[in-house]
Amino acid sequence: MSLNTQPNLREPGKRYFQAYSPGDDFYEALIDTHQGLSDEQSAALNARLILLLSNHIGDISVLREALAIARKPFNN
Amino acid sequence: MLKTYTYPKFDYVRPPELVEQHSGHYPVVIVGAGPVGLSMAIDLAAQGQKVLLLDNDDTVSIGSRGVCYAKRALEVLDRMGCGSPCVDKGVSWNVGRTFFGEGEVFNFNLRPQDGHNRPGMVNLQQYYLEDYLVQRARQLPNLEMRFKNNVISVEQDDKQATVRVETPDGAYTLTTDWLVAADGARSPIRNMLGLEIDGKIFMDRFLIADVIMKADYPAERWFWFDPPFHPNQSVLLHKQADNVWRIDFQLGWDADPEAEKKPEKVIPRIKAMLGDEREFELEWVSVYTFQCRRMGQFNHNRVLFVGDAAHQVSPFGARGANSGIQDSDNLAWKLKLVIDGKAPASLLDSYSSERCYAADENIMNSTRSTDFITPKSKTSKAFRNAVLELAQDYPFARALVNSGRLSVPSWLVDSPLNTPDEDGFAGNMVPGAPMDDAPVTGGKTAWLLGDMDTRFHLLHYVEDAGALSAQQAQALAGLADHPIAVHAIVVAQRGTAPAGLATLIDAQGALRERYDLQPGTSYLLRPDQHVAARWRQLDAAKVRAAVNRATGNV
Repeated sequence: MSLNTQPNLREPGKRYFQAYSPGDDFYEALIDTHQGLSDEQSAALNARLILLLSNHIGDISVLREALAIARKPFNN
Repeated sequence: MLKTYTYPKFDYVRPPELVEQHSGHYPVVIVGAGPVGLSMAIDLAAQGQKVLLLDNDDTVSIGSRGVCYAKRALEVLDRMGCGSPCVDKGVSWNVGRTFFGEGEVFNFNLRPQDGHNRPGMVNLQQYYLEDYLVQRARQLPNLEMRFKNNVISVEQDDKQATVRVETPDGAYTLTTDWLVAADGARSPIRNMLGLEIDGKIFMDRFLIADVIMKADYPAERWFWFDPPFHPNQSVLLHKQADNVWRIDFQLGWDADPEAEKKPEKVIPRIKAMLGDEREFELEWVSVYTFQCRRMGQFNHNRVLFVGDAAHQVSPFGARGANSGIQDSDNLAWKLKLVIDGKAPASLLDSYSSERCYAADENIMNSTRSTDFITPKSKTSKAFRNAVLELAQDYPFARALVNSGRLSVPSWLVDSPLNTPDEDGFAGNMVPGAPMDDAPVTGGKTAWLLGDMDTRFHLLHYVEDAGALSAQQAQALAGLADHPIAVHAIVVAQRGTAPAGLATLIDAQGALRERYDLQPGTSYLLRPDQHVAARWRQLDAAKVRAAVNRATGNV
């Protein structure tokens, strides 16, 4: 398995009539989760979130790919 | 006042109530001659309904204001005979491009597929749309327009509304069975009746500049996040008729609206954007804030709220006037049936529930766009910028870039007016769906929607229309013999249907594909071009039951 960078978001049982809807559903939930938090709290939340999602993905080679892409703009 | 357009001045005529000193009674009075009130008045009057339209002004929209008219609104305007002047005068477009800093990160095409008559969007200054609607309204003998007639009080009981109207010649009173409030975001009628509208104000300000210039930019929507010429803010560019370009600059909440409107502030912003010595003239400038809110319900006894009076959204997505025109499209046929005694007044509850559903969808989408365009926290901005950076290389992130999700009609899948499917179908034309257009031959126009008028329609598909049995033809024709007539149209690959039945030839197979047609498939379509029911075989009793359900006659 390699890292999937194609649009991949969807919710079981939900029917979409516009291509942008699943992505927008997710993005709204993501931003809402941070509602009312300080910047430090948000950073901590993001750390917890990444750990949970990483464990769910499981395949460390996929995670390494994602880590490298995330790091890219900061490599000089 | 404008360089490219002269505002018409509509004549004020002393109303008969003041000439004859009596209080008139009307079946329907519409207040507000903006795009939504005019649409409502035209739609009803074209069906033979007597309509009185009141407006407190005597001209069209001052300033270009609403600019983008979506495919669905154009299809509604087509049915009212106003689509072509808008499309002919306006600038049609389908492609939107989004830039972050210097580079393009995302583009979209509003047209899901070829084979639709109307483009995804037409840009046209609002005054032209209103001008064309007034011209159309003047052709309708049942439609009386009264300008400089300002509503100053409204009361209602279970039977009628009583309206006090002020004119240059003094005030008069009228009564009406139904009062349609299309009186805009600040809706004086809503306030007179003490009704609430809830939602939120967004803490941001935007500058609109309409600029006249010769430019060879393509007819596309261009949106910038954080461009070098306007750092940390967004900018939107649209082409309108008459070489007028709409530029929309995000200013932030702390901007001084009066100072920002002055040419000495506006002109340098535009020069920085154009980046050359191109000549331009300012046509119109305005600074605005916006809110997203809606009334709890849109029908209140004898008073029906439409358009901005009932709901407001942020402008990102062009979901204001477009959704208002769809309100009118949804309400007109229902109100006509109620006035004619063919449906119970409770049918109007479905106007409220269906259009509240649509308003919630519009508010949700425009709020999401606004939150993406103007992030409210450091974390929110970090996510937004990460999406924009990743979008340059990774398709998943492009799907998350949200510079406005442009107006599309709602799939009214939860409407109580739908008859649920009994049979299996592929595709998106589910009960409650807005009809997909498709190219046809043999119709009034070259398009499926061109044959849809203000009646219910039944589309019945066969391979060879000429092979339709006499019994089938009779069953189809017989659908019209009812107080709520259903106009049957045979869709076929070839042939002409017997007994004078209308026949559309699906020469390109687009209808078959979009509606998943098989021989025998029948679609019942509402007057507002939403799917009410569908079956794999024609059964006249089922059609009648579905019509009853779609008209509240249950």
